[in-house]
Amino acid sequence: MRPILMKGHERPLTFLRYNRDGDLLFSCAKDHTPNVWYADNGDRLGTYRGHNGAVWTCDVSRDSTRLITGSADQTAKLWDVQTGQELFTFRFDAPARSVEFSIGDGLAVITTDNFMDNVPTAQVKRITDDPDDQSEESLLVITGIKGRINRAVWGPLNRTIITAGEDATVRIWDTETGKCLKESDKEQGHQKAISSLSKSADWSHFLTGSLDKTAKLWDTRTMTLIKTYVTERPVNAVDISPLLDHVVIGGGQDAMNVTMTDRRAGKFEAKFFHKILQEEIGGVKGHFGPINALAFNPDGRSFSSGGEDGYVRLHHFDSDYFNIKI
Amino acid sequence: MALEISMEGIEARARDLGVDLTAVDLDAVALPAGEDFGIISDDEEILRDDDPMELEMGFANIVVVDNLPVVPPEKFDKLENVVRKIYSQIGVIKEGGLWMPVNPDTKKTYGYCFIEYNTPQEAELAREKTNGYKLDKSHIFAVNMFDDFDKYMKVPDEWMPAEIKPYTAGENLQKWLTDEKARDQFVIRAGTVTEVYWNDARQKMPELVFQKQYWTDSYIQWSPLGTYLATVHRQGSQVWGGDDKFERLMRFAHPQVKLIDFSPGEKFLVTYSSHEPNNPRDTHRVVLNIFDVRTGKVMRDFKGSADEFTASGNISVSGVSWPIFRWGGGKDDKYFARLGKNIISVYETETFSLLDKKSLKIENVVDFCWSPTDPIIALFVPELGGGNQPARVSLVQIPGKEELRQKNLFSVSDCKLYWQNSGEYLAVQVDRYTKTKKSTYTGFELFRIKERDIPIEVLELDNKNDKIIAFAWEPKGHRFAVIHGDGPKPDISFYTMRTANNINRVSKLTTLKSKQANALFWSPGGRFIVFAGLKGFNGQLEFYNVDELETMATGEHFMATDIMWDPTGRYLASAVTSVHEMENGFQIWSFSGKQLYKVSKDHFYQFLWRPRPPSLLTAEKEDDISKNLRRYSKKYEQEDQDAFNQLSEQERKRRKQLQEEWEGWVSKWKQLHEEERAYRMELRDGEASDEEEEYEAKEVEVEEIVDVNEEVVAFELDQE
Repeated sequence: MRPILMKGHERPLTFLRYNRDGDLLFSCAKDHTPNVWYADNGDRLGTYRGHNGAVWTCDVSRDSTRLITGSADQTAKLWDVQTGQELFTFRFDAPARSVEFSIGDGLAVITTDNFMDNVPTAQVKRITDDPDDQSEESLLVITGIKGRINRAVWGPLNRTIITAGEDATVRIWDTETGKCLKESDKEQGHQKAISSLSKSADWSHFLTGSLDKTAKLWDTRTMTLIKTYVTERPVNAVDISPLLDHVVIGGGQDAMNVTMTDRRAGKFEAKFFHKILQEEIGGVKGHFGPINALAFNPDGRSFSSGGEDGYVRLHHFDSDYFNIKI
Repeated sequence: MALEISMEGIEARARDLGVDLTAVDLDAVALPAGEDFGIISDDEEILRDDDPMELEMGFANIVVVDNLPVVPPEKFDKLENVVRKIYSQIGVIKEGGLWMPVNPDTKKTYGYCFIEYNTPQEAELAREKTNGYKLDKSHIFAVNMFDDFDKYMKVPDEWMPAEIKPYTAGENLQKWLTDEKARDQFVIRAGTVTEVYWNDARQKMPELVFQKQYWTDSYIQWSPLGTYLATVHRQGSQVWGGDDKFERLMRFAHPQVKLIDFSPGEKFLVTYSSHEPNNPRDTHRVVLNIFDVRTGKVMRDFKGSADEFTASGNISVSGVSWPIFRWGGGKDDKYFARLGKNIISVYETETFSLLDKKSLKIENVVDFCWSPTDPIIALFVPELGGGNQPARVSLVQIPGKEELRQKNLFSVSDCKLYWQNSGEYLAVQVDRYTKTKKSTYTGFELFRIKERDIPIEVLELDNKNDKIIAFAWEPKGHRFAVIHGDGPKPDISFYTMRTANNINRVSKLTTLKSKQANALFWSPGGRFIVFAGLKGFNGQLEFYNVDELETMATGEHFMATDIMWDPTGRYLASAVTSVHEMENGFQIWSFSGKQLYKVSKDHFYQFLWRPRPPSLLTAEKEDDISKNLRRYSKKYEQEDQDAFNQLSEQERKRRKQLQEEWEGWVSKWKQLHEEERAYRMELRDGEASDEEEEYEAKEVEVEEIVDVNEEVVAFELDQE
């Protein structure tokens, strides 16, 4: 499995996202310019210029026409995927950490950090078809969480929003009332900040990765903890394979301590686990910094990883991968 | 930060807030878990931590000096000055801390005085140093601690027969040896938790025996025969043992104890502490206690300045070379000795006094060690007078103190002594200067202790300029291994003290070239050895069979810091302790180098196999067993197979169960997904939902005009 190295960012990667068709890959990094790549050969198609700070996340609409990005410059922006044109800017008082379109792309959930005196929030905005009608008004603002919200995603049928963040707790919120419906168990749940959250293809379950060196699989509707995957390093990124019963978990020693030891010591590997048996299948090495972002292609036949080292590595699985037996 | 809240304050505040205090059940108010608002709780845990010295009394820093001259008022000042002079040399006397009472009738002093120091340590020192001090012929000081008076007053005047407690049967302290599966135990310390496990190699995981948080304040140690587990606390040391519950067997009070050491037969425990001096110019004060492990009695204590106990350049990082007392004479715990300036003091444990009431006088001795089995001391004296007096190594028999053998050595820079564990051989590694004195080279002097007249052989390596990195005797055997060489990949050589035709000459077996190793670990049973590249070498391991002279396996435990064989030589543990921040944990290997299991623990401090006492079988019986090994092994092979089958059966069941569980989830999700289909379509404006959505690929040709440019092109027709 020879990876394709994609060098388009000057700073550490923060997020990777495939579009629904799996032919485009969007990458965000701490430099200010998200990129879009051909998911097949790794050629760069274009960039989205306009942000003035690190870009934390992005999401692309189902028809691959709209891109939304959240940035440390305290804005979230809507883009025309094809032209790279900036369509609209949502302004906040704090960095926008996480963004996601709802089913139908009529809504988006955007989280803002606890910054200066602001409490962290998750806000729901209406996304209009015509950018001229777009407003900054929030339909719903969720507050009451201590510590940064690292990820907020929609639950089934847009009825719930799932948040996870620094307080190590996963919560499910009602999008009608803004009330917290469920909270992950303190004992069972993560012990340290949750860094990432990724949903299965049908949104029935989701995987969270945490600095406590574990990743946990939850039921989206009931918040039942289904599985726990234990690794040796803080987890920064997770994803669930849409094709096989596999999950991929990435991370590594935090960047601060990286230079102190051998590259092998950092364990900057994307580790594959069997989703059901919770056993490690294998690992993909290559980054020389922690892995910050992971994404499976929607066809499950390739995946890409983004590292602190500023590279995106695109891996097409060998045929062996599909025949792994344990 | 202590909050002081008075009841009035609370009532006033309650009135302000309009709260009816009578309606509040104050007892029902509890702090949230993990929150103490900065108020220290008076839990047992913290009380326990308090120094008992300070709890017990307030007068520990006062001494009473008796047998002073009785003087009239005109001489009072003079006497007071003399006393002050004597006692302020020892420590700082508190302001107004010297009180000499005067008889109101005669106006003369009573002949005693009280001196108050800042600390109990100073007072203790003053008592020690000046008790028996001769001021003049008729005035010999009798100095006592003020607190002791109470103690002596409490002694009843009449003798009372001691109460005899009924005998209670003790626990079987050897119970762990009777494990049906013949497993070995080990203890680990990670974070604040100390845990004892069985090494269950068949199940490929450890089985927990006992676990306790905050079991020790600094470290833990097994006794040499594995009977006791010792913990170290601020107040002293404790030993634990018995069956699986690890009950406390004995406490040994020794405030601020730093280091402990068992005698080889685990009859005695030596504890050590060192105390900061009050006067920064002074050296640390050192206190050593020797306890009887079973009765808990102090058999002997040693006190003094740190200098006395760290004689002749043996000062290591912590200021002492531990153990200070080295035990000799095998498992009988008969003698212990310590190195002093130009002396070796040998004590015997019958009376805990110096053997023959005097130390062994040896000019300039810098190092010594006991034979592991016999009461023989090997000692080393370096060169004196710029080489006029050669360095020497000699063997001294105890208790006779006669010299058994001596060897003079020339141009020696350093010397190390290695005993073979059954006391048959002694290897002396000698670093000598070359003629120019600019570099050194190394040779070995090999003593055959058990042979008549103790013959000595000299061994030089093939390349005598090689640096010696490690040396190790084969336990119970007659071979040794040496890692030698410069540069990152040294060589490893094996030598034997016996040759085939029984001529006792040392000969080389083999040399292995270019190994990534810096440490040698023989199996306790001999024959097998592991070369390890620890620390800088990233934890390379090579398992080697010395009988066959072949490598059995190689492995790696990345960043390993420690390697330990279990006492039977069946398993090997490699560990990464918290000298690194990462990779902490341990791995268990079979003797042949198969990795069995791996456990990760953050903040991993210690891994210790529980030692076993020596086998009770006679040598003949052991030989008999090894001859008929096949017969015995059948039974165990069967057991192994059964365990393996059971394990794979369990594993299959587990997987099946997990798979079924998962399928349960999936079918539930499918159903819900189906139910929600209509809603989803609605949310997507009627667009067909999910996978089944049809889309056709249209090829659209788009022509785009990039630029339109008009340019006038002038033709010069003339030129045509």
